[in-house]
Amino acid sequence: MTAQSIKWFWYASPQTFFPLAGRIARAAAVLAGIFSLAGLYVGFFLAPTDAQQGDVYRIIFIHVPAAWMSMFIYVVMAFWSAVGFAMQTRLSAMMSRALAPTGALFTFIALWTGSLWGKPTWGTWWVWDARLTSELILLFLYFGFMALQAAIDDRRRADRAGALLAIVGVVNIPIIYFSVQWWNTLHQGASVSFTRAPSMAATMFAGMILMAAAFWMYSIAVAMVRVRCEIVESQ
Amino acid sequence: MSEFFAMGGYGFYVWGAYGVSFALLGIEVFLLMKRKREAQA
Repeated sequence: MTAQSIKWFWYASPQTFFPLAGRIARAAAVLAGIFSLAGLYVGFFLAPTDAQQGDVYRIIFIHVPAAWMSMFIYVVMAFWSAVGFAMQTRLSAMMSRALAPTGALFTFIALWTGSLWGKPTWGTWWVWDARLTSELILLFLYFGFMALQAAIDDRRRADRAGALLAIVGVVNIPIIYFSVQWWNTLHQGASVSFTRAPSMAATMFAGMILMAAAFWMYSIAVAMVRVRCEIVESQ
Repeated sequence: MSEFFAMGGYGFYVWGAYGVSFALLGIEVFLLMKRKREAQA
């Protein structure tokens, strides 16, 4: 066994992970504050008014990062569920449980801000198009995961049932992501992709990335504090 | 200043989005801190 894998299993124990989680949470919380102040400054004071949409487009600075986080947190949650399912490690199930509420929150924020953006630009709060509907299903998957965990008294069985739901639900993530390509949706296509330059002003892009970094750090901080609560409560 | 808050006539939508989003994040932090205190007590 290499030194690397020993360290990995060392941190797989909740008791040894507990102090590390606290340090990560503090650092991430500080960074979340810095990134969100920078992101809001760039988004509201440096990014220009959009020629077509006017100032309502500024919702993008929370809408897109929240939508990214809603999908990314689900993938991480399903990853820890799969690890917990395969290896029977207690910490991985705790990680899944710690992530679910924050993932659900970002999913709701993505839907809420999208609705407030849709009304003035599309003329409707809601439409049953593929992007919006699959994101709503994501919210229900998070709710289902949390409800299932809460409904089963036996911790190990609750973790296994939740893990199965989380893993099966991953199929929804590529559906959300590619929905704007696969179907003719009212929702616009991706503004940012890995393969081409962003189709927006540099300051708009910078504001969005800073807010994404802020939400990323926020999620890490909150999940780490919550996993510490899980560890304490399990003793 | 009032021009900033008007957001070119879209103030309701922009501040409605930001206000509710940050309020919810604040509530999550508040509830988590409460849970943390109760867990340690």
